[in-house]
Amino acid sequence: MKMTTTKRLERLTDRYQNGGVSRRSFLGLAAAAAASAGIGLRWAPQALAAVSEVRFDGWGGVVQEAIDKYALQPYTAKTGIKVTQGTFGDESEILTKVKTAAPGEFQVIHSSGVEYYKRYADGGLLTKINEANIPNMANVMPAMIEPFRKIAPDLSCVPYDYGTTGIAYNTKVISEEEAKEKGALLLVDPKYSGKIGGYSDMVTRVWYAALQTGQDPNNVTDIEAVWAKIREQRDIVKKYWSSGAELMDLLAKEEIVVTDAWSGRIAALKQQGAPVGYIDPPKSYAWMEDMLILKGAPMQECEELVNFMLDPATAIAVAEGQNYPPSLDPTKVQLTDKIKALPAFDPTGEMKALTFADPGYWSSNLDAWTKQWDRISKGG
Amino acid sequence: MAANPQTAAERRAPWLLLAPSLITLVLLMILPICIMFVYSFYEFVTAGVEKHVYTTANWREFFSDSYYHMFLWKTARVAAITAILCALLGYPPAYFIAMTQYKHKWLLLLLLIVPFWISFTIRTFSWIHILGEQGVINVLLMKTGLISEPLRLLYTEGAVIMGMIHFLLPYMILNIYVSIEGIDRNLISAARTLGCTAWQAFYEVVLPLSLPGLMAGLLLCFVLAAGSYVTPDILGSTRDSLFGNVIFDTIMGQLNWPMGSALSIVLLVLLGIVAVIYSRFMGLSRVFKGLGA
Repeated sequence: MKMTTTKRLERLTDRYQNGGVSRRSFLGLAAAAAASAGIGLRWAPQALAAVSEVRFDGWGGVVQEAIDKYALQPYTAKTGIKVTQGTFGDESEILTKVKTAAPGEFQVIHSSGVEYYKRYADGGLLTKINEANIPNMANVMPAMIEPFRKIAPDLSCVPYDYGTTGIAYNTKVISEEEAKEKGALLLVDPKYSGKIGGYSDMVTRVWYAALQTGQDPNNVTDIEAVWAKIREQRDIVKKYWSSGAELMDLLAKEEIVVTDAWSGRIAALKQQGAPVGYIDPPKSYAWMEDMLILKGAPMQECEELVNFMLDPATAIAVAEGQNYPPSLDPTKVQLTDKIKALPAFDPTGEMKALTFADPGYWSSNLDAWTKQWDRISKGG
Repeated sequence: MAANPQTAAERRAPWLLLAPSLITLVLLMILPICIMFVYSFYEFVTAGVEKHVYTTANWREFFSDSYYHMFLWKTARVAAITAILCALLGYPPAYFIAMTQYKHKWLLLLLLIVPFWISFTIRTFSWIHILGEQGVINVLLMKTGLISEPLRLLYTEGAVIMGMIHFLLPYMILNIYVSIEGIDRNLISAARTLGCTAWQAFYEVVLPLSLPGLMAGLLLCFVLAAGSYVTPDILGSTRDSLFGNVIFDTIMGQLNWPMGSALSIVLLVLLGIVAVIYSRFMGLSRVFKGLGA
């Protein structure tokens, strides 16, 4: 079958975008073909722009500051490739932007793990990384890679860090003993009515309501009891926060005295001297984050970037800066005492002590539960 | 004598002059609205994924689900309260600026637009430091011994209305100011000469003649408040959400673009109806006059 020049160029673009051909070969072949065919290439400026620049989008705040300082800036200094950065408060926000943008406009995302990885997969936004180009993946815990492979055998991301959403409390108001004794029920304690916060996120809300009703968050048998518990909490909550910065602000200004919270942000708050304690109740919500390379991104540069980020020296510096343990296997890489003392740190490298969301179970309920949570949060 | 017929070039001239604006309007407003309307008939498959088959499911859900109707009513109520409070708070300064003999009147008008130089989001966030538990009001009340526990002022409907008044008051003042400024001062003098007190002159002459500006301000404040979603998000709790927040969550949280498009069209149509009703009785030119002050 005869292939048109345009079709051939489109296939070449696909190969380049998926890492099947080097940038140099791609540009040479494309330029030769374009010159001979005398046609304009819609995607040529994008491909050329990728040579000197990579786009990275993350969660902002102290987390992105650490990534920028210890990974992105050194990467630029080493390679000369500029990293343009963007931030988001909620991953749905960046997913919406990615969906509306041209392929390649958004390239590397500090994604919040397997649940969202499934959404990117459903939206056809994943690509295939060449793992041979990321030798530092050998140091990553297999237990963190496996959940991503279950969703898409050809990886489009590298696991990067992990943490928990436990319970943070104001130590001037709530003692450590009380926090440990009440556990997840502290978030629905009428004693603190009007001083309770929570993450405005369906998974977190359903997870904690399941714990509060004595159910397994990965196998909820009575969802109505969960919704009832969420309504109960909603009526005594002061504010459902929607970003790490807002969480830290609410606790620091003492607008709230107890909330579910991201372990790393609380560690940062403690370092700033805020009177804040943190516990992970039994079956606390654990999650892992990844560096996701999107379809259409310049693969060679992006793979080089994530490999640089996974380099033990870089990953350890970032982990200490953002207060989340790295995905590096502690049985293979010597981690620092500071990292070993971080909340959620797993010294075994097997992650068996942490309870992660079952991606299959949660993704099958994601749409209906998100809609219901949106309604309940607004008084429905 | 018959008027000279226009040449073809003369007839084309206004359209040529209007062309850049019309093209911009069509490309950036009419076309996106049309696309959104088409989207509202698509089928939602899963978060971020929709099927391009035509269905009325989203519209049926909107018309049959009281959840959305409740938010429309709540949005109309909050927007109406905001607009009325803006009118009550905005009239005295507008009257003062229009009537003052102060030679640097421009300075007063400048003060009105100074807040626009600061980002809207930052201005909204500033209320957290005023209404919060450690904010100015609570600290002051506690230090003076008037209260022993901080009052809950933030993350309430009152805080949302306060934030929207902060944002909308200049629009109201400018509209009323333009209206009062246009009143012939001889009418007020005549009323006083004929025995009216200062209050009667205001009530019988100034107020009726400034009503078009007041109504234009009310329309503008109502429409802008009803479409607001940032202020409720920052200063309110989730229970203080307005229809704009429901749209935002449907599109950004649930990634349900078809339903979000249907809800956006609903808000657009309803606010359009309010504007049409106003135009029928008052004329929209008043609004634009106020905005161009």
